[in-house]
Amino acid sequence: MNIKDILTPFTAWANVVKEPVTIKDPFNREAAPRYRGFHDNDIEACIGCGTCEAICENQAIDLIPVDGVETKDGDSGLRPQVDYGRCCWCALCVDICTTDSLRLTNEYTWIDTDPDNFIFTPGVTPKSWYKKEEGWRKPGNGYEFYSKERVDMEELHAEERIDSFIEFVKGYSKEQAEKEADRCVSCGICTATCPAHMGIPEYIKAIRNDDLEEGLRVLYETNPLPEICGRICTHKCEDVCSVGHNGDPLSIRWLKRYIADQNPSEKYKEILNQDTSKSNGKKVAIIGAGPSGLSAAYYLALLGYECTIFEKLPEAGGMMRYGIPEYRLPYDQIDKDVNYILELGVEIKYGVNIGTDIKLEQLGKDFDAVFSGTGLHLGRSTRIPGTDNENVYFATDLLREIVLGKDIYVPEKIVVIGGGNVAMDITRSLARLQQIKYGKVDCTATSLESEDIMPADREEVVEAREESAIVDPGWGPKSIEIENGKVKGLNVVKCLSVFDENHAFSPKFDEDNKKFFPADMVVESIGQGMDLSYLSKEFKEKLKFTERGRIKVDEYFQSGVEWLFVGGDIIEGPDVIHGIANGHKAAVGIDNLLNK
Amino acid sequence: MINKFLGFTPKKEMLPSQTVTPDTEIDLSSHKYQKIWLGPNHPGVTGNMAVELTVQGNTIMKAQTHVGYLHRGFEKLIERRLFVQGFPTSIRMCVAEPDTNEYFIARATEELSGYADAVPEYANWLRMLSLEMARLQGLLRGVPGQGGTFALGIGVQWGVYLRDLILDRFEELTGARVYHMFIIAGGVRGNLPEGFKARMEDNLRDIDDFIVKIKKLMFHNSIFKTRAKGLAVITPDMVDKFGIVGTNARACGVKRDVRKDNPYLYYDQLDFDPPTATDGDVYARTWIRWQELIQTVDLIRQIMAKMPETGDIRCKMPNVLNWKIPKGETYVRLESGRGEMGMYYVTDGSDKPRRINLRGPSYNHAISVLEHMLIGADVADVHAIMVSLQTCPPEIER
Repeated sequence: MNIKDILTPFTAWANVVKEPVTIKDPFNREAAPRYRGFHDNDIEACIGCGTCEAICENQAIDLIPVDGVETKDGDSGLRPQVDYGRCCWCALCVDICTTDSLRLTNEYTWIDTDPDNFIFTPGVTPKSWYKKEEGWRKPGNGYEFYSKERVDMEELHAEERIDSFIEFVKGYSKEQAEKEADRCVSCGICTATCPAHMGIPEYIKAIRNDDLEEGLRVLYETNPLPEICGRICTHKCEDVCSVGHNGDPLSIRWLKRYIADQNPSEKYKEILNQDTSKSNGKKVAIIGAGPSGLSAAYYLALLGYECTIFEKLPEAGGMMRYGIPEYRLPYDQIDKDVNYILELGVEIKYGVNIGTDIKLEQLGKDFDAVFSGTGLHLGRSTRIPGTDNENVYFATDLLREIVLGKDIYVPEKIVVIGGGNVAMDITRSLARLQQIKYGKVDCTATSLESEDIMPADREEVVEAREESAIVDPGWGPKSIEIENGKVKGLNVVKCLSVFDENHAFSPKFDEDNKKFFPADMVVESIGQGMDLSYLSKEFKEKLKFTERGRIKVDEYFQSGVEWLFVGGDIIEGPDVIHGIANGHKAAVGIDNLLNK
Repeated sequence: MINKFLGFTPKKEMLPSQTVTPDTEIDLSSHKYQKIWLGPNHPGVTGNMAVELTVQGNTIMKAQTHVGYLHRGFEKLIERRLFVQGFPTSIRMCVAEPDTNEYFIARATEELSGYADAVPEYANWLRMLSLEMARLQGLLRGVPGQGGTFALGIGVQWGVYLRDLILDRFEELTGARVYHMFIIAGGVRGNLPEGFKARMEDNLRDIDDFIVKIKKLMFHNSIFKTRAKGLAVITPDMVDKFGIVGTNARACGVKRDVRKDNPYLYYDQLDFDPPTATDGDVYARTWIRWQELIQTVDLIRQIMAKMPETGDIRCKMPNVLNWKIPKGETYVRLESGRGEMGMYYVTDGSDKPRRINLRGPSYNHAISVLEHMLIGADVADVHAIMVSLQTCPPEIER
């Protein structure tokens, strides 16, 4: 130690003449642009999926109902409420938010005398910081908590599939299915939207756990036709999938197919372990072996009812078999689902036409209750000049005849009127038949709706084009040109708009913008109608009808006649999943009626 | 030991009646001894822990550490949460340098799930930057803090101001000042903000000035020298016996540094050599830390110069809500400001860790080493010894 060691510390006195470094007004200090301060939520964008609640490690977030937010398809109607007594401001809730609606502003001072105020609903409870733009948002640069990209199912190339009706979507491998299942955030928005309320997060979880038997059990709780729905369901679940708000929605339909495909039909009985041997002695007749009829039969059989299905056509499936082409839904897959239902003791009587072979009233006497799901098998006409020609067909008739193996007329040039899925089905079926017959495709589909509002699934349009069919939307049919009794083609004019301001059907045309599609055959596919001829005049008087001509039913699909329940496409839809849901609900209704 | 600075000869009864060793028998009924509890709430204790002292006069005859005042069961809390939910809890295990614990959770889960090599390069450099910034802010408090234990308060004021500047940089990089929650499994949670490097360089220049000033204030200071030199000497043979690590080991000549011995991240690409000393006393430990301050400033400059300008911040990983890790176990370690820290991480194939155990340097330093060091020491030096061993009670009680 020396004198220097005594004097040197005094150099610290130099600071006396320096400016102080203290912040004079810490309350107005602006935080960094990325600072994790207080929550804000864009209420309009938020769908209440609850992933924020699921990831919060402190259970600081609860989803609660909020005034002015309605529960609807794709929106739970709930919004996150944050408890600042528990929150640690880690912002994992922001990072996982499926809609990017949740964020943290960089506001960080909040003085309040009432501790309860620190539980608040961001975006709803008025707070001064919502106007602040800066704060924590989901980081970019490759930062994501779940994959936004869907695992595509492999398909046969157009050249491989165009000359046959072989199924062209190949199905997931185990690895692909597990990778796709991993993307699910288990929010359950899909379950609420699915007409049958399938346990989607649960069966996707079963895929992740590689427990496909459990997956099958979950499927059969709400849907006895998983092979079919796994292929051709209209997947309303995917339309609302929360992951789809910021990426591709989950392939829920394909995952369902994966579970059903991987479980062999021989093991269904063992896996599902459903006992229907105990009969309750009551009998139910079901008209039509379509999705709603099969679904009603399945659930009624589980409840101990003896079910007999009366089917007009030679095989079961209804529109699923006679309306959907084999390349989308192979017949052996329909059989797999149907056979399991038959194994439960359900009987199907084929070739029986209710109304002519047996009167409906007679069924009502012979059975304790009747469920009718007769579907939409009639075609609708545009009623333009020339539709009475023999070479103008309805799509539904042609599709049925193809399945029945009839030799249908396939000329070299065909035009299809319609922009829905059925129009695409017939276009692609005819394109295949043309390819087989002539080695080339010349089939055009034209619809009133422009490309952006075409009712057909996007993938159907894309795949039809891949198969060399022409899809030329946005034209209104004017007349079918006939020469010497033969179809020459279709005259169309440009369609400017289909709906008016009130979303009512009111097409407007540009009469000067004309086009001619040359063709030897015209197929109309602008919608389907129901055939209620099995209802006698006296019987019809007992029923009530809606303004659109549909039979009026209550929430359990019970009609005005106590023993008659009606469901499926003639009530709701048209699609398979509504039919399944109707059948399930009607089964509950029938059970309520007969077990009162 | 007679405090030389007193400058007078203490009265006879103030002196211990016998030579103190750890084996000295203490008969409390003799009325020669007194028990003093230091803590659990005491400004000189670096957190909530207590030291039960048995003193004779000013001399400590026996010391026993009591912990358990802030046990919050962090390890168990993490074991009951999803893998991604672990890191906000882990940082609470050490307020002073939370980033190391974030790194453990991230690295362990990456290793066990096979993503260790998938972490983007840019993210790894940002991890190093945040770890070195954490070391720097710790040293800015620790070095002058040692002076504070001898009532040299002004250095602490300077250090806390500069530490706040580093926290400002943390704020703009990570979105938070103290609990950064920045290092996440797969990468980090943000890129380098625009203009960050220039602002950091400004702060580092201020710290350069501080390094000179604090040297004059502390290491050319007769009081500090008198009290710190020869106090609580750690000898090289104690290092392995007590499991002493970090600056405490390096101050007695045992050159141990995980960054050099077992390089992680990109430390092998940086040019540095951990400083060592030979005396092993409080003065030497503070001196080593002061040198580390210089070195850390240099390392941050090196990292900022070498890191890529931009890139991905996180690799593609499974959905965090569904993430399961196969059965396995790993031990991740790094060199924190207090020395080698490690985390033992066991998974059982489920979506939560089976077992987590943090190996913190404070566990040895503040329990076994401190108890050993305090015997024979002066009551007035207890805080100085505690701080020089870098005691961090929350890290003892996980």
